[in-house]
Amino acid sequence: MNRVRLARWWFAGTLLASLLLMLVPLPAVLEPCKPYWPALVLLYWTLESGEGVTLGLAFLLGLGADLFDGVLLGEQALRLTALVFIALRFRSRLRFFPMWQQTLAVLALLLNDRILLLVVRAFAGESLPPATWWISPFVGAALWPFLFLLLDDLRARLRLS
Amino acid sequence: MGPESSSPLFSGSVAGTLRLIFYLALAMVLMVLDHRNGWLWRVRYGAAVVVEPLYRLAGLPAAGMHALGVAFSDRQRLTEQNQRLREDLLLANAKLNRMAAVAEQNERLKELLDTRHSLKLKVQLARVVGVDLGAYRHRLLLDVGARQGVQPGQPVIDAHGVMGQVVQVLPTTSVVMLVTDPDDAVPVVVERTGLRTVAYGSRDGGQLTLPDIPRAADVKAGDRLITSGIGGRYPPGFPVGEVQAVAPSPTGMFLEAHARPSADLDRSQDVLVLHDLAAPAGPPEPAAPAGPPAELAPSSSAPAPARPAGPPPAKPAPAAGTPR
Repeated sequence: MNRVRLARWWFAGTLLASLLLMLVPLPAVLEPCKPYWPALVLLYWTLESGEGVTLGLAFLLGLGADLFDGVLLGEQALRLTALVFIALRFRSRLRFFPMWQQTLAVLALLLNDRILLLVVRAFAGESLPPATWWISPFVGAALWPFLFLLLDDLRARLRLS
Repeated sequence: MGPESSSPLFSGSVAGTLRLIFYLALAMVLMVLDHRNGWLWRVRYGAAVVVEPLYRLAGLPAAGMHALGVAFSDRQRLTEQNQRLREDLLLANAKLNRMAAVAEQNERLKELLDTRHSLKLKVQLARVVGVDLGAYRHRLLLDVGARQGVQPGQPVIDAHGVMGQVVQVLPTTSVVMLVTDPDDAVPVVVERTGLRTVAYGSRDGGQLTLPDIPRAADVKAGDRLITSGIGGRYPPGFPVGEVQAVAPSPTGMFLEAHARPSADLDRSQDVLVLHDLAAPAGPPEPAAPAGPPAELAPSSSAPAPARPAGPPPAKPAPAAGTPR
């Protein structure tokens, strides 16, 4: 009973933390390397508890991210919904991939996400981003194994304790 | 295909696709509405109770790093910095004292000329909140907002030059668009030659681009750019940048210059928000007709009144607005 509530708080807490991480600035040199945290955390939860993550949740998280980021209302909602849809579709396969294959899949998902963003921006009439803009998905994919293991470990510990 | 057949989603894939389409359509509708009407900012203003504390929370690491930097920087460096600041202050004060007389003279002359522009500044000090509002957005978050009287459109400067303008205001925070934003344009004057042009933000970040300088114009690296005051958004006379390179533009019709912004866009912690400076946009009001008062105007019936010293009017002028 209490465990369930704790699990729910943990779930919501990680998602909120991902939004906060998105807002925390990095030094100017590292700025292009910042991974898209909400996508990574949402992907983790999609793979781990597929029932908890729905398209609606992804949409709401994206709306929240838009509210904080102040770009265009609905932009990140669109991106996260598409991301979660693909991840849910291939969830059973992704879960049993070895880590390196999973990482490659995450890279593909993040790159797809960037392309979506590019399309949205092009429609909004904004200028094209510089080449360093494409570093972020690679950093995100490189961080994926560590994030996955960390969140998995914490989850296991919380459940045990 | 094995694992998927057991997945509950596979059976309901049509429903899943429909839901996806629904959410995507919803997101697109939201985006279009927001793009057209700027809904996001109204929603954000309403949700400021949630948004602003989170901004402060997200700004804590940056503030903490700054505090740590101060706490652990060695005494030697701080003393040096203090010494340098003192010298700067002394120099600035000396310059100011000399300038004060000139400024006063300028003020008097301007009063005589009846110009409305004045050198007086009404400013408000603001601190930068360390929050990342999306990469390559060239935005800053300030810790002053509507409750402190900030309005969209106000220029923001630091000690070295123009930083940008306030674009969005929340109750206690506001967002500044930097001059390096590709959406921003600053009317500038090349200080050395007086050439008027417009500086845009460049998409590679951290730079200004002046894409339409006439080919015959005299612009070279090292030229300082200052605001021209045209357009009424930025007050005239503030440094904007320094030209670094000039080259023919890709079309070959113009010269294209690249400039480095004068303001410390990355490092400024404290900035100034200017008040009361935005002149109404559009063409200036027509100048009031200057000339002798109406009762002194030569009427068609009466002869021209005697003037103490001046040439007699050659003929009775029909209009009173004869420039003298």
